[in-house]
Amino acid sequence: MVASEPRGWPAAIFATAVAAVAATLLSLSFEMNRARIAENRQARLAARLDDVLGDLEYDNDIATAHRQVVAPELLGSGDPADIYVAKRDGTVAAVVLSAVAPNGYNGPIELLVGIDNSGHITGVRVTYHRETPGLGDAIEADRSDWIQGFDAASLVQPSADQWRVTKDGGQFDTITGATVTPRAVTEAVRKALVFFRDNQVSLLDPEPNGTTLDAQ
Amino acid sequence: MPSRLYNAATEGLWRNNPALVQLLGICPLLAVTTTLVNGLALGLATTFVIVATNGLVALSRRWIARAVRILVFVLIIASFVTIVDQLMNAFLHDLHETLGLFIPLIVTNCAILAQAETVASKQAIGVAMISGLGVGMGFTAVLVMLGALREIVGYGTLFNGIEQLFGISASGLTIDLPGTGLLVAALPPGAFFGLAALVALKNIVDARRHDRSSVMEAAHDKAQ
Repeated sequence: MVASEPRGWPAAIFATAVAAVAATLLSLSFEMNRARIAENRQARLAARLDDVLGDLEYDNDIATAHRQVVAPELLGSGDPADIYVAKRDGTVAAVVLSAVAPNGYNGPIELLVGIDNSGHITGVRVTYHRETPGLGDAIEADRSDWIQGFDAASLVQPSADQWRVTKDGGQFDTITGATVTPRAVTEAVRKALVFFRDNQVSLLDPEPNGTTLDAQ
Repeated sequence: MPSRLYNAATEGLWRNNPALVQLLGICPLLAVTTTLVNGLALGLATTFVIVATNGLVALSRRWIARAVRILVFVLIIASFVTIVDQLMNAFLHDLHETLGLFIPLIVTNCAILAQAETVASKQAIGVAMISGLGVGMGFTAVLVMLGALREIVGYGTLFNGIEQLFGISASGLTIDLPGTGLLVAALPPGAFFGLAALVALKNIVDARRHDRSSVMEAAHDKAQ
């Protein structure tokens, strides 16, 4: 049995003291692990970006070369969207845009869209989604190769009326059992390409002024 | 003394298994058991928190003011969970990404608070920690079995994602079974069906054991 029986103020002071000790220990643990956690996040981001860029070669630290833009119309989010820049020999070889497909089956789908300096997709990866397991999650690169259907696509090839899933008369595959999900992703990728086209000059500037980009 | 320790250990493993008998901690149990590896990882993290909490509570049970004990227990549990969360984030980053929210949610597993209140606050540290270990392993065993069941039926794989727990050298252990899997097992309803099957299985085993021991008792009585 718990032996001591203090009530009222002594008990409250005891609880406060325990809370203070716990808070101190936790902040110590946080400090000890912080650098490592940040490093992990950075490494994971770099690996993801590298994945999105396919076999494109670049010579800068892409995870740290980043700008932001607010473009709710084309990138799908009212929050600042991250733009990562892959450079080769001082020129911009490709950019990776973080885009959101707001109309997924179970809410927004977050994407990374890699676009090379000639406006072709280098790769697309889903970074966050809540689509149905076993159906809509086929958009994950680990689950199926559907997402690779965008590789090398551009606004010219396929043409504007082909930028849809096959079910809507376009050229991108549908996913069995999930119609809404691939439709949302396809539209988000197309809009990311439109964003790239509209902001090409600024995006391909190797030494931009500041880290925020004003969308056209 | 050994029988008391034995009882403390087996209580949570079988007789009062938190997941199969008390049905505590069902939220993380149902949510993360889509694969064996996810189940194992959450089970081990939970076990660590239970054992550590039981140890600390048993050690300081004479000083914990009774009026605020629940608050203090929750504080201790939450602190250990946060430490586990940070350590996993630092050293098992991929796994941490997979389990996501469910590591912090270990705090809400009532099996841990129940252990602190009913065992650790009344027992010596050794018994309390062994008891916690039993409960943790009992919980882990159910998570692993349910995870394996749902992974095999739902995805047609086993040990998928094992490299997140044991490093890249273990990735060869993943088994791809023929067939594509039955979707429902991977969805939340599959978790309920799977858990129900395990509870039923335990009840059958218990009923058989009970029958056998009463038959033996009857035979024993006759012989006398």
